[in-house]
Amino acid sequence: MSAPAATSMGFAKLRKGMRARIVSIASSSEALQRIQEMGLTVGTTFRVVKVAPFGDPVEIDVRGYRLCLRRAETQGIEVEAIS
Amino acid sequence: MSVSAVVAPVTSPSQTRLVAIVGNPNAGKTSLFNALTGSSQKVGNYPGVTVEKVSAELKLEGERIDCIDVPGLYSLAPRSEDERVAADVILGKCTDLSKPDLLVCVLDASNLERNLFFYSQLADLGIPLLVALTMVDRIERDGRRVDYARLTNLLGAEVIPVNGHKAKGMVVLKEAIAKNLAAPRIPKLELGGPDALEGKIALLRERLARIGMDVTSGEVRESLFDPSEEMQLYLSDFPEVREAFDEAKAIAAIEPAQAPPADTATRYQWAGMVQRATVPQPVEGRQRPLTDRIDYVLTHRVFGLGVFLGVMYLVFQSIYTFSQPLMDLISKGFSFVGGLIGPHLENVPILKSLAVDGLIAGVGSALVFLPQILILFFFIAFLEGTGYLARAAFLMDKLLGWCGLNGRAFIPLLSSFACAIPGIMAARVMPDSKSRLATILVAPLMSCSARLPVYLLLIGAFIAPYGPIWAGFALFAMHLLGLLVAIPIVWFLNRGVIKGKRLPFLLELPPYQWPRWRDVWLAMYFRAKVFVTTAGTTIVVMSILIWGLSFFPRSNEARARYQTEVTRRNPSASQDVIDHHVQEQELAHSYLGRFGKGIEPVFVPAGFDWRITTAILSAFPARETVVPSLGIIFSLGTDTEKDPKALQQAMRDARWPDGRPLMTPLTAVGLMVFFALCCQCMSTLATVKRETNSWKWPVFMFTYMSLLAYLAAVGIHQIGSRI
Repeated sequence: MSAPAATSMGFAKLRKGMRARIVSIASSSEALQRIQEMGLTVGTTFRVVKVAPFGDPVEIDVRGYRLCLRRAETQGIEVEAIS
Repeated sequence: MSVSAVVAPVTSPSQTRLVAIVGNPNAGKTSLFNALTGSSQKVGNYPGVTVEKVSAELKLEGERIDCIDVPGLYSLAPRSEDERVAADVILGKCTDLSKPDLLVCVLDASNLERNLFFYSQLADLGIPLLVALTMVDRIERDGRRVDYARLTNLLGAEVIPVNGHKAKGMVVLKEAIAKNLAAPRIPKLELGGPDALEGKIALLRERLARIGMDVTSGEVRESLFDPSEEMQLYLSDFPEVREAFDEAKAIAAIEPAQAPPADTATRYQWAGMVQRATVPQPVEGRQRPLTDRIDYVLTHRVFGLGVFLGVMYLVFQSIYTFSQPLMDLISKGFSFVGGLIGPHLENVPILKSLAVDGLIAGVGSALVFLPQILILFFFIAFLEGTGYLARAAFLMDKLLGWCGLNGRAFIPLLSSFACAIPGIMAARVMPDSKSRLATILVAPLMSCSARLPVYLLLIGAFIAPYGPIWAGFALFAMHLLGLLVAIPIVWFLNRGVIKGKRLPFLLELPPYQWPRWRDVWLAMYFRAKVFVTTAGTTIVVMSILIWGLSFFPRSNEARARYQTEVTRRNPSASQDVIDHHVQEQELAHSYLGRFGKGIEPVFVPAGFDWRITTAILSAFPARETVVPSLGIIFSLGTDTEKDPKALQQAMRDARWPDGRPLMTPLTAVGLMVFFALCCQCMSTLATVKRETNSWKWPVFMFTYMSLLAYLAAVGIHQIGSRI
């Protein structure tokens, strides 16, 4: 895994069509543990497929399936954009 | 090499053996359970919780087996009540079930990686496992093939494809269940630890698996310093294997081996390895071309919302229109039965009234909701089966999320505008029990179709004289009121009343598919059955209770006295007029009527006299009865439906003892608001009892709604009469 510090950002900042890799997940709250159990572990890459009409939730393509998450509930997940 | 152990069956032959069907949500678990067991399912509740228990008996080679459909799980670490129950069933900690003898794990072949994460947790339990692989058609459609032999090998369990849930697949699955019960296999997975060495070993295993060599991590560890001939061949031929091998060897030289419990990342690493080794990957971005094309429209920010509104309108309109003739038919049927039975009991008036007014009318008032339940659950099962329900939740989540609900709440809330009962039952589309309970508790605030006659009566009498625009506005406002009141109530409930932690809203969007008609039909059938058996019995008991309160006490002497009262005042009174007067007086002197008079002072601040109060009280079992009740109380007989104008006139003419008009437009608004907010429907309460598995919540609902209705009515009268 490459050194991410310079380019990392919060999950909530992602926009439609972006690809990203999870760089770090803050100390596991129960909510973040559940999100990891859905396959979003450190190092996982995913693609933002769509954003719902009112700005939330966000649909992502991860591990071959589609998952929707609310931006506010991803606090603690740092990602880096990849091309 | 095998990663499973065949062990001897442990159960005593006297006990019925238990097979639990487990798996992720959306993996096709319920569909498989339906195909396996059909309509022989039993629907109940787990003790003490709101989670529904679905079980069935299965005949296998002459032996009767209990089969249970465990609620869908993403992980064995329970985070909600439902998940705790599911985990308890699997672990054998559920008090009314034995420990499962076999777990049939349903894995979605088209979403294998995430499904395998859950499988890896199951495999740690030491319970015999059998795998049913679903959605294989999605893989095979674009020419890919599942490597069953390697999958069986890597999972340490027999893998049965159950494509399309056809009868043939079920026969094979049943045979496999019988075989695995006789000779159980307990998988032992090689997951590897989270430390650096295990990571490198897993990477090496993954790269070896990709070129067709399955090895355990123990074998890799041994081979690091003493590679086999075969391994040496791979090392020289494949540079990526060499790379991983060297890295692992470098770490192994400085770090002693250890085996801590596997964490989430390690499990996913294993799951990814197994998936890549057994199911060829589709071309990037081409996994689901049809679904993506449909979603371009259905989750589009403009078109998506348009389609959503259209679909919801169709559902709502269907409940409203299609159920009406059926409901009329049921009502007529029960009146007809009452009419048949009545004459036979003419000599025993108490029995006649109990049978006709209590029992038959009570059962009828409950069964009348059946068409709405069936129609709503047809749509829910159909939309859920296609995958559209998840899309609708995606579109609506932001609108419902801020007050503590989530996108899935729109179906129960919207259907409650037709009738709260199917709406409350529909709240089970919400996976977490906290938001489900919040939705159930506010669903009856939505203005249901049974409130409509009251609005029409009162608006017609007191608002319509100001013009049709005001009348239309009043009707619209009455329907909006419940929704506006519900939002702050949910906010409040989530902060004080409903215990439990908030879970993140995680929503999977499965590929679109055509629903299986068997699943749609069974969903409708079981909802109807549950309603008739459990809610129905409560409703009958309560009907008889309310009937008793409005019937007793009565005597022939009193009856004769009421008759002479009329004939003294009006010697030429017709039999109809006499009967109405007797009915009115008997109701007024019943326990219910006396209670109405007794608590008249309570309702005077809202501008209601004893007549309105008694009508309100008599409408608590079912608000539909209020218009006939008002008819009786305002001495017009029960045929008010034929002549609503007469009742409207009588209400306008009614006076307080001091001569003031009883009802003004303000009183009418107060009364309508009272009806909009009050919980006057025992079928609703019985349904809430059944769905929450406790009397606590129906009692709470009844109390808060009645208080709210009363305070609103008093507020409107007190403030309104001072302006």
